[in-house]
Amino acid sequence: MIYLDYSATTPVDARVREAMMPYFSDLFGNPSSVHRYGQQAEAAVEAARETVARVLNCRSEEIIFTSCGSESDNLAIRGAAYAMREKTGARWILASRAEHPAVTKTLLHLERYDGFQIEWLDVNEQGLITPDAVAKAICGETALVSVMYANNEIGTINPLRDIAEVCRANRILFHTDAVQAAAYLPVDVQDLGVDMMSLGAHKFYGPKGVGALYVRKGTPLVPHLTGGGQEFGLRAGTQNVPYIVGFAEALRLAHEEREQRVAHVQPLRDKIIGTVLETIPDVRLTGDMSARLPHHASFAFKDVDGNLLLTLLDAAGFACSSGSACKTGNPEPSEVMNAIGLSREWGLGSLRVTLGVWTTVQEVEAFLSALPGLVAKARSLSRR
Amino acid sequence: MSGGVDSSVAAALLKEQGFDVAGMMLRLWSEPGKENSNRCCTPDSMAQARRVAAILNIPFYVIDAKDVFRETVVEYFLEGYARGETPNPCLICNRKIRWTFLLEHALAIGAEYMATGHYARVRKGESGKIELLRAVDRSKDQSYVLHVLTQDKLQHALFPVGAYTKPEIRAIAEKYGLPTASRKDSQDLCFLAGEDYRNFIRRNAVEMLKPGEIVTREGKALGSHTGLANYTIGQRKGLGIASSVPLYVIAKDAVRNTLVVGTQEELGTMELTACQVNWLSGEAPAEPFRAEVKIRYTAKEAEAWVEPVGADQVRVRFDALQRDVTAGQAAVFYQGDVLVGGGIIQ
Repeated sequence: MIYLDYSATTPVDARVREAMMPYFSDLFGNPSSVHRYGQQAEAAVEAARETVARVLNCRSEEIIFTSCGSESDNLAIRGAAYAMREKTGARWILASRAEHPAVTKTLLHLERYDGFQIEWLDVNEQGLITPDAVAKAICGETALVSVMYANNEIGTINPLRDIAEVCRANRILFHTDAVQAAAYLPVDVQDLGVDMMSLGAHKFYGPKGVGALYVRKGTPLVPHLTGGGQEFGLRAGTQNVPYIVGFAEALRLAHEEREQRVAHVQPLRDKIIGTVLETIPDVRLTGDMSARLPHHASFAFKDVDGNLLLTLLDAAGFACSSGSACKTGNPEPSEVMNAIGLSREWGLGSLRVTLGVWTTVQEVEAFLSALPGLVAKARSLSRR
Repeated sequence: MSGGVDSSVAAALLKEQGFDVAGMMLRLWSEPGKENSNRCCTPDSMAQARRVAAILNIPFYVIDAKDVFRETVVEYFLEGYARGETPNPCLICNRKIRWTFLLEHALAIGAEYMATGHYARVRKGESGKIELLRAVDRSKDQSYVLHVLTQDKLQHALFPVGAYTKPEIRAIAEKYGLPTASRKDSQDLCFLAGEDYRNFIRRNAVEMLKPGEIVTREGKALGSHTGLANYTIGQRKGLGIASSVPLYVIAKDAVRNTLVVGTQEELGTMELTACQVNWLSGEAPAEPFRAEVKIRYTAKEAEAWVEPVGADQVRVRFDALQRDVTAGQAAVFYQGDVLVGGGIIQ
């Protein structure tokens, strides 16, 4: 099997695993304990926090460890929405139509159960949110703006700096879901100008089950997981020490090796995009060509059942994903495909190919020689 | 794979025999608003099938067949009732969905054979052709619904559980730690979600329920019916007519939209005609032949003469009177364990 689905998840880097190992059984203390076991564990968590803060160019008390990227999104959006409503009465939230479900479903929940109003910002055909669109939609009632850094399905990178500037000028909180972006894009929060940023370790060769939220000092936030006073009272529950250590080590490596990782995957990605567009009829690239994650290629094939294409790919030994895929065989075009204006005949046939630091040129070539035949097969099976 | 014991054990047996096995499941159609209620692919059975695949360590794929199922099976079902017949959608599902659509997908992923959990057997005959046989466990035999298979399909067909009895299949499931539940051997159609088919027709083809007269064979009007699709041959209850002797539905006349009733003595027939006959060997026998004929999935076989008329029709003459011969169901002919052919009763 050849794995080409690194945006879904990545294997844990051996160096990360090594860093985590002592904290399962040897240094097992509870960071909240007074004794030396606790002190050791606390030291590990705080060292991890400092590592993360260095990469993000922020203070360590601005980092909250969570259980995953989705939890980070929930804490940021719910926490800020409740806090801002309490503080100023604001109850409008702006978000892009192409956000991850961790954001959209959270917003729909706030709308349904808590009386917030969501304004969904249209994206352009590349899936991009323009700063203008944000500026036009902002009003005095706006509590929060949430726009993802880079899109999981189509790889499009949003102009965060410019959007952050608009928010700052209007004194409105700005959250970004950077879960997909952090593996390859700089995450300097001062440079980006965001108030909150969500991260998840398993997208950059760290373990599943641990995430982080950057919260700019002074940002009002109501916790949604209540209990002990861990994580500055914003996220109760005994810290997952080995995973937090793993998170920090994985992020540190992603930061230090960023240039060489990009230099490895980007030419492979370009080879995939170029070859697919040249050799397969009725195909288009989804997302932007230049403002694009360097490891991310995504396509829409006309009149192809994306789910069937994934099945054929898997049977042929390639693991990819599709925005319309679902394990229950009930495909629907994803929200993102709808948001970028693809009709159903295109939107059902999406394919995402995402590369990793261990992807080889041979693997890419094998994939590229198999894909045209499999697309043709999928077309002939659905065109009956 | 359905998540049930039979297809799970089928996969396990093939794996044991050294095949490179992949599991496939069809996502079938349900009415809008009841998307997860098709009995053949509920979320539960899908999760179960996925578990089985994981236990057996084989890949598992779900294939979307909603549109093709709606266009072929559901249409066939409604059109059959519109013609005054009692259609058996499982037959067309096996022909057009399982053994055409799914088989094409199986071949497309590189499979050489497709196996199902049906209780039936295949074997290579002396002529080199593949024969379809009844299951070893006669009480579980499902070859009836497979009479639609042709030689080009049979070449790819495997029925691993047909050589075992149900208790043996359960024992094998236990040995492998597989779930042992069977899908209920229900007569209900998968897309009816446990409801009476009449409700389905009312919702989806209400125009077909035209009231008309209930008449005797001689044409005497006895009352009115609520639409032919609401009745089945042999039905006695719910006719709503007063009579000194019990009356039964003996025929449906779709042209005149009349429901023909009669006494128990009038019920039953010595012969039937079937069309769209599929001969498993690929060729119609030249001469009339003796056979055991099954007129419903659950019916007991009856001795008869089967006389081929042209390439795809037969006349069947029973040795004894048969009740419940119903247009739209299949008549399937066996010689010993071998399934010779079958067609749709007219």
